[in-house]
Amino acid sequence: MKPTLPILFASLILAIASAAYAQDETLTVPRSIEAGSAFSIQNAGSGEAALYIVGPGQVLKRTVQLGTSTYFPAGSICNAGHYVVILAQSSGTTTGSFDVTPVSAPSNLSFFAKPSRLPVGLHGGITGAVYIFDVYHNLIAAPTPVSFELSSPTGVVQKQQASTRVGAAWTAMDSTSQQGSSKFVAQAGSVSSTSIIRQVPGDPCDLKMSAQPSGQQLDLQTTPVLDCSGNAVPDGTIVTFTETYPGGQSTVDVPLKRDIAEVKMPAHDGATITVASGVVLGNQIRWGK
Amino acid sequence: MLRHSALVCASIILASGMIAAQPEVSVDTSQLKGPRPLEDQTKAAAVRDYLESWQGMNQALEQNQPGLLDEDFIGTARDKLADAIDEQAKAGIQTRYEDRGHHIQFLFYSPEGLSIELIDDAEYDVQVLDHDKPVSTVPVSTRYIVVLTPAEVRWKVRVMQADSK
Repeated sequence: MKPTLPILFASLILAIASAAYAQDETLTVPRSIEAGSAFSIQNAGSGEAALYIVGPGQVLKRTVQLGTSTYFPAGSICNAGHYVVILAQSSGTTTGSFDVTPVSAPSNLSFFAKPSRLPVGLHGGITGAVYIFDVYHNLIAAPTPVSFELSSPTGVVQKQQASTRVGAAWTAMDSTSQQGSSKFVAQAGSVSSTSIIRQVPGDPCDLKMSAQPSGQQLDLQTTPVLDCSGNAVPDGTIVTFTETYPGGQSTVDVPLKRDIAEVKMPAHDGATITVASGVVLGNQIRWGK
Repeated sequence: MLRHSALVCASIILASGMIAAQPEVSVDTSQLKGPRPLEDQTKAAAVRDYLESWQGMNQALEQNQPGLLDEDFIGTARDKLADAIDEQAKAGIQTRYEDRGHHIQFLFYSPEGLSIELIDDAEYDVQVLDHDKPVSTVPVSTRYIVVLTPAEVRWKVRVMQADSK
């Protein structure tokens, strides 16, 4: 009795399937290992073969005796990733693959903090983003707790907790009310990274000037120029005095010196004098008639 | 006439071959977190530069020339690939990475604009050659975590790490 065509096809498929299974059995590869840890790859058969482990981040080649287990000591593969395994022998090649996962303990942080300098009292003005890496500089993708701390010059500390999402976490914090340098720290496990944020006074607040006659001139002088948190606005900040009088106008820019700005201007009868710094307007004085 | 037809046929075959060589790419921003919006122009530049980095990586690993990484890679990613090229060269190996598809999901654009993180479900073939002799070609489907940082005129890959799905 001759076998029918469907039976022949079924037999052929079974033969191919069993051959594929047998081929897979010649190579036993771990499904996953931790970066830097030791591992073994087993193979069946006899004779000599070349074993390749290939990933974009690392490549290994070994000559192996078939029917033995090839041992890779700790530190053989440190870069996390997906690795292809090829066992090449005279009769053909067998392939497999495995993953190398990062070590779970954080060892390095990449911390981006911005800006390095900003005015005091700015809501959400300071941002920090952090990426967490293991000892081999693999990004730790598993959720990992991170703490952010911003300490002001007066010792006040803002704290925030976050958890990484695929290795990254971020925060936004307010600049403090005191000028000076603040430490901005990101910490994961026992590893931390610090950035220094310089907080400078904000725009002048409540700008005031007074006028005193001095012969044909007026002595104009501001009170100490402070921001809205009471910090002295830096020397060198420009204060603009403008005198408008019948038939003309004079403008003088004066840098702050020891917190105040002063200038002499002609004492025109009926003049109106204003003071400003940047977009902040101060008081107005009307002189004479 | 016959010559013209042959030329047209050749052009079509060549064009279809070129089209087939392009990987399929899809981009998804629905998983993007963070306070900074990702503008279309930035997204397009990041995708373009990331896809070009695959070409740069392939050329560098195929020719065992670490210098070819410089245009697309920086920091840890560049160092690790350069080390792999060094290992390949010592073992007489070359590898070819032919990418067939990328499903790119943007995850994070850092608030100060200094990094973009994405994941890429990539499909590619990796061919291993030992002393110029092909050993095997293996189809791979895996997920990459990628961190891009801005350089002078383009986004460069700072982290490129396959992750088990």
